[in-house]
Amino acid sequence: MRTVQFPAKFEQLDEIREYVGTIAWQNGFGDKDVYNIQLATDEAASNIIEHAYASEPDGALELTCGMQGDRLVIVLVDHGAPFDPADVPLPDLQADLADRKIGGLGIFLMRKLMDEVHYQSNADMSNVLTMIKRKG
Amino acid sequence: MEITHQEFKHCELIKIKGRVDSATASHLAQTFEKTDKDGKYKLVLDMSELEYMSSAGFRALLAAQRNSKKYNRGEVVLVSVPERIREALELAGFTELFKTFDDPLNAVGYF
Repeated sequence: MRTVQFPAKFEQLDEIREYVGTIAWQNGFGDKDVYNIQLATDEAASNIIEHAYASEPDGALELTCGMQGDRLVIVLVDHGAPFDPADVPLPDLQADLADRKIGGLGIFLMRKLMDEVHYQSNADMSNVLTMIKRKG
Repeated sequence: MEITHQEFKHCELIKIKGRVDSATASHLAQTFEKTDKDGKYKLVLDMSELEYMSSAGFRALLAAQRNSKKYNRGEVVLVSVPERIREALELAGFTELFKTFDDPLNAVGYF
């Protein structure tokens, strides 16, 4: 598992997607899985930049990605405000246009696209988001 | 991301190329603010050269659709949505909010 540090800026999302996409591709994930892994990681990173580092323009995002057996493990660590995806209510996908909520969609996608999503806020002021995608 | 416009008699064709994420979605939102200001609410979005779209892009689409459908003054329709993007839109429950077409001419003809 390799760890890379990115500045917590939206402009880094291209590189973040590229990074996880390349590792997923090299480890035999197909087109659809690679796209979905990139999308889930983008949503996770976007949430950290937008919420955890809302009042901190120079935050850093630590990204670890690699295989554990047949599972691709992606770990995102930040040192911003704690933000538990589980606290965000699921969007109502049946709601009609006028009532459709605009937030919560990214977290919903992360949960749908990955096999597992875990979040841990530590006493040392670090927040750890772990996402797992199984092969096949 | 790159956005180009083509004006038709009854609608505006907007082609979105490249990648729409949290960094670029504001550009898309600005495009819709401009069409709103110009009083254009019948919009055809050509996605044939769109490579990627995250929920930040979905939110811009939703806001545009809401604004267009207000007072029955128009609608946003989608053309040639790439498979991966269509799957994500479907997962987000967005496909039922947008009419989709396979061909830009059919979409323009819808208005």
